[in-house]
Amino acid sequence: MRHLTKLFWVVLFAFAGSVFAAADLEVNTPAISALKASMQARHNRLSSYYFSGAVGQARDGNVAVHDASLVPLAERQNVNGLVAEENRDRTALYREIARANGHPEWEAEVRSTFAQRWIDKASGGWWVQNAGGAWVRK
Amino acid sequence: MQKRIIGSLVATSLIMAGCVTINIYFPAAAAEKVADKIIDEVWQLKPDTKPAKPSPENKGEVK
Repeated sequence: MRHLTKLFWVVLFAFAGSVFAAADLEVNTPAISALKASMQARHNRLSSYYFSGAVGQARDGNVAVHDASLVPLAERQNVNGLVAEENRDRTALYREIARANGHPEWEAEVRSTFAQRWIDKASGGWWVQNAGGAWVRK
Repeated sequence: MQKRIIGSLVATSLIMAGCVTINIYFPAAAAEKVADKIIDEVWQLKPDTKPAKPSPENKGEVK
């Protein structure tokens, strides 16, 4: 009887805890850290293409080749590879954030939140895709 | 007596679980916060600052 009451309170507080936890998003997992590190390392190679306008921030939360003609022919394969790798990491990042918070179905919303923030935080001179899908230079 | 406690324990759990299920919507503000943090790290930006525009004199004017 006594410990049943105790159990009752434990259950109550456990729920209260989970409600408070919902206010924040968990991003400190090994998978997310690894993805961040991989993207950070790649950024040094991608940023010159962001500045030249060859690659831009797409509205779907990915990066995309905006103008391949700005890249010398010999480098184009390399750019396509970088873009594909970056998009693989970004997709995995959105999925991992949703999963780490117990809601895999949030992946699309995580993606659209990031899409907006990548564009907002893009440096002046970079190309970004607006809501209508047109490319604009920031 | 014991049955009643177990009953109320189960009932409370179900009600609370129901509340949690209903109230858990996508935390947009929290998502924006973590997005900003991760983007700052990936792009190596200083937190809470917009990236500095490259100085205009170094940038060819596009007219």
